[in-house]
Amino acid sequence: MSDLQYTYAVARIRAKEVFLFSAATIDQLLACKTYDNCLQFLAEKGWGDADTPQNAEAVLAKEGEKTWEVVRELVSDMTVFDVLNYPKLFHNLKAAIKEVCTEGNHSSIFYKDTIPSPDEIMDRVRERDFSGLPSMMTEAAAEAFDTLLHTRDGQLCDVIIDRACLDAIYRAGKAARDAIIRNYAESTVAVADIKIAVRSMKTAKSLDFIKRALAECDSLSVDALAHAAMSGMDAIREYLSGTDYAEGADALAESPSAFERWCDNMIIKTIRPQKYNSFSVGPVVAYALARENEIKTVRIILSGKLNGLSDDSIRERVREMYV
Amino acid sequence: MILENLGIVYALLGAALAVLLAGSGSAIGVGIAGQAAAGVVTEDPSKFAKVLIMQLLPGTQGIYGLLVGFITLSKVGLLGGGAAAIDVQTGLLILAACLPIGIAGLISAIYQGKTSAASIGIVAKKPDQFGKAMLFPAMVETYAILALLISILSVTAIQV
Repeated sequence: MSDLQYTYAVARIRAKEVFLFSAATIDQLLACKTYDNCLQFLAEKGWGDADTPQNAEAVLAKEGEKTWEVVRELVSDMTVFDVLNYPKLFHNLKAAIKEVCTEGNHSSIFYKDTIPSPDEIMDRVRERDFSGLPSMMTEAAAEAFDTLLHTRDGQLCDVIIDRACLDAIYRAGKAARDAIIRNYAESTVAVADIKIAVRSMKTAKSLDFIKRALAECDSLSVDALAHAAMSGMDAIREYLSGTDYAEGADALAESPSAFERWCDNMIIKTIRPQKYNSFSVGPVVAYALARENEIKTVRIILSGKLNGLSDDSIRERVREMYV
Repeated sequence: MILENLGIVYALLGAALAVLLAGSGSAIGVGIAGQAAAGVVTEDPSKFAKVLIMQLLPGTQGIYGLLVGFITLSKVGLLGGGAAAIDVQTGLLILAACLPIGIAGLISAIYQGKTSAASIGIVAKKPDQFGKAMLFPAMVETYAILALLISILSVTAIQV
């Protein structure tokens, strides 16, 4: 599809970007004294609608729906957005395998808006018809299912599926025509690898486990990162300081929450150049990601207010905004 | 018979190309800018007037092409009802004179349309910067005007 086909969509997104929360708006939200004040503030900003109950989850879910409604209206070929939904899709696979293996029944643990739907995934897993799943999931689904059934090792099952998810994102990025998808995939996989390395180091995992969990990407050496994770936090920081993710090393030194915030900020930095792109699907993808980041940040603030966290500790967790 | 009338054919081809190429460029440019304008108005109808002006900017090349077309037709006498006897050499000269606005009009209108669409993005986010936003597509206009100037000077200078 020619980039010029998105001229209408990009202009509409530009008009919608005016309503994205800036850092100043987030500061105003942070300045609200109570959780209820925050909800009131969000309602004044047009979050939720007349039918949405006045609670955080309902309002945030409504905003997520609104975003994807706009995106679906603007883009006829939604395959461009598949890669953004892979984490949700693989989460549903993980949940389905655990549901079937443990004979549980918790419908609330699934993301509803995926293709294939949670019910379809459940049916395929229940019937052990993994070939009926998308091809990128088939092998990992069978392996994770057998692993969980025979070893009851839920963590290993998660590692297998998470790795398959990262590999799928990486492959989708490599095959993508649009630069934003390529950059998003690379950043997502690299940041996930760094997170895995840090967590594995903290829980003293073996080299084999770390190597099994880390996914290939162009901007990091999986082997070097795995060996750094075996040596300790300083080694990870030292390795990262020589890569594109040097700021991640500083965030790691600061605190775990600063590191988590940096991970999300990396994605926002990756998509930020789309603010100056007037054609192509890039700005639409960036808008969808920016909205998800905004909703996540608001969720962090609301949770902090609800649980009586200090403003400073909430602020430490607040993500950078797209606008 | 055909060879005798080839001069007027070339002259008419020049007028046609001026109108056709510059007009097509404007149609494409206005179309691109129009899509962007529609996108903004969908979200914020109050910006209609501002984005409409932006959309119209790439439309001028079509008018320039029309102007050169008129001058050419008038020059060769087709507007008055009696075509002048034009030799092949003069016909080719008129054709060449019409090309600057035809080609520069086509290319500049398309790029002006793209620049207008980008500037419409500025108006969508910062409507108070309308004046500055309008300057960017207006810059592209310069080269259409230069081409128009040369086409008019050339057509009028040719002795029929």
